[in-house]
Amino acid sequence: MSPLLAVEGVSKRYDGLKALDGCTLSLLNGQITGLIGPNGAGKTTLLNLMTGLVRPDTGTVSFQGKNITAAAPHHLARLGLARTFQIVRELGSLTVLENLLLTPPAQSGEGVIASLLKRRKWWAQEHENALKARQLLERIGLWKLADQASAGLSGGQKKLLDLARTLLLEPKLILLDEPGAGVSPPLKQEIVRVVRELKSEGVAFGLVEHDMHLIAALCDRVHVLAEGRLLLSGSFEEVTRDKRVVEAYLGIAA
Amino acid sequence: MSAYLTTIAILVCEAALIGLALNLQWGLAGLVNFGVVGFVAVGAYATALLSPLVGWLPAMLIAAALSALLSGGLALLSIRLEENYLAIVTIGFGEVVRLVLLNEDWLTKGALGIADISRPFSELGVASGNDIAFLLFSIALVGLSFLLLEGLARAPFGRAIRAIRDDPTVSSALGKPVLALRVRAFAIGGAIMGLAGALHAFYLTYIDPSQFTPIVTAYAFMAVIAGGRGSNIGLLLGAGSIMALLEGTRFLKDFISIIDGTQLSALRLALIGVGIILLLIFRPQGLVSEPKRFERDVFPRANERTP
Repeated sequence: MSPLLAVEGVSKRYDGLKALDGCTLSLLNGQITGLIGPNGAGKTTLLNLMTGLVRPDTGTVSFQGKNITAAAPHHLARLGLARTFQIVRELGSLTVLENLLLTPPAQSGEGVIASLLKRRKWWAQEHENALKARQLLERIGLWKLADQASAGLSGGQKKLLDLARTLLLEPKLILLDEPGAGVSPPLKQEIVRVVRELKSEGVAFGLVEHDMHLIAALCDRVHVLAEGRLLLSGSFEEVTRDKRVVEAYLGIAA
Repeated sequence: MSAYLTTIAILVCEAALIGLALNLQWGLAGLVNFGVVGFVAVGAYATALLSPLVGWLPAMLIAAALSALLSGGLALLSIRLEENYLAIVTIGFGEVVRLVLLNEDWLTKGALGIADISRPFSELGVASGNDIAFLLFSIALVGLSFLLLEGLARAPFGRAIRAIRDDPTVSSALGKPVLALRVRAFAIGGAIMGLAGALHAFYLTYIDPSQFTPIVTAYAFMAVIAGGRGSNIGLLLGAGSIMALLEGTRFLKDFISIIDGTQLSALRLALIGVGIILLLIFRPQGLVSEPKRFERDVFPRANERTP
């Protein structure tokens, strides 16, 4: 099976610091792939690089066989590559409903001329998108807060909103950056449920996470990163049995 | 007295246009523009220089286009600059414009300024008549700009630029072309500032660099803050009340004898400052809040339709 997203030999330096050092790995269609590793292993840099926020110094990134190394984030989003953020970055002054209405691609009302002259067209899209938004908000239990400014949500609710928002991109792959961090256990269960449901609908996931219960519960395959490279890959059971992984986490020189 | 009221009304129109433009750029799109006065000056000078050559309406349109072009070009820098640095660049732009106007005598006549700019509708004859005609024209221009900007603010375009204001990184991850949207917002704002400059030149019929000081920018920010960031209706109220305060307090000298005119003019500015501070304490969101899309807009309730 050809990989959905492939990273080949990417390196990224920040001044003297090597965040990534010839890292090669792939995410497969229809799977949930975990990315784990100690702090500073390069997980977030890798995620930023996969979504166009950072360009690698060397190496390539490809999505569905297309080279996307130098593509802008908004192009990637339109190709169906979505992400959430580690520290929730909600669009605080937009209402919960507006957060979702923002996302659908190809809205004709985002053009200057069309927003004035093709009102009928974009209103039709708006109503259509609103139906989808309502379904999603009902699914994650936030519909009753639709008209609230999203800045007022709790941390966990923001994470759910962040995830729901990406779904309106109709993504093929969603990269989650620590979805479990700072989330209460019941909401964590909710996130697990939603991610599993989406997987069954054919969405692939990349999951950066420190909570091993979450990784164990969700991931089909796990990549372990250490010092900017891929240490090893395998099922959760396989990688956690490996001595090198334990050492990488505990910081003992291999 | 009625001539004086006409003057104030035209000044309010100019302030409203500048404020509406800044409300798009800063209020909605979140790009700080401290060079507002530069774009107004470009509009005024372009209009003054071109209207004898091509006629007043084409001159106004070229002025707007020129200002839009400069404005959009400046916004392109936002690809390389963080928000605060763009703000500094816009201050620089305003200063550069002022210095060019002051020193390029061959084009701008330097500190002497350009006199005898012919005002549209002056062929109507009686002085007061053409003042009124020009006022109506100014009001129409404000109305048109308001409709245009309010249409944009309430469309998905407005939502997208508000999202970019809140967080450009997240917006780009959600597929929004951040730079393109910022450039558009900035250019449209620039065009309207250019039109405000054109009104200024036509009304005063004489322009010189001393009319384009940073205080113009400050008034525009005050109007946006007072009216409520993002709200065009609030902006009209804000610009109206600030100009009314500024101009209305001129008459205080007839009632207050303990301080002289210079002190009074300083006091008037201070009064505006105090007003803004009080407003920010008691109503920090401004007079009117920005337009949002609520549930009821997209899901009209069944029970509201049936009587």
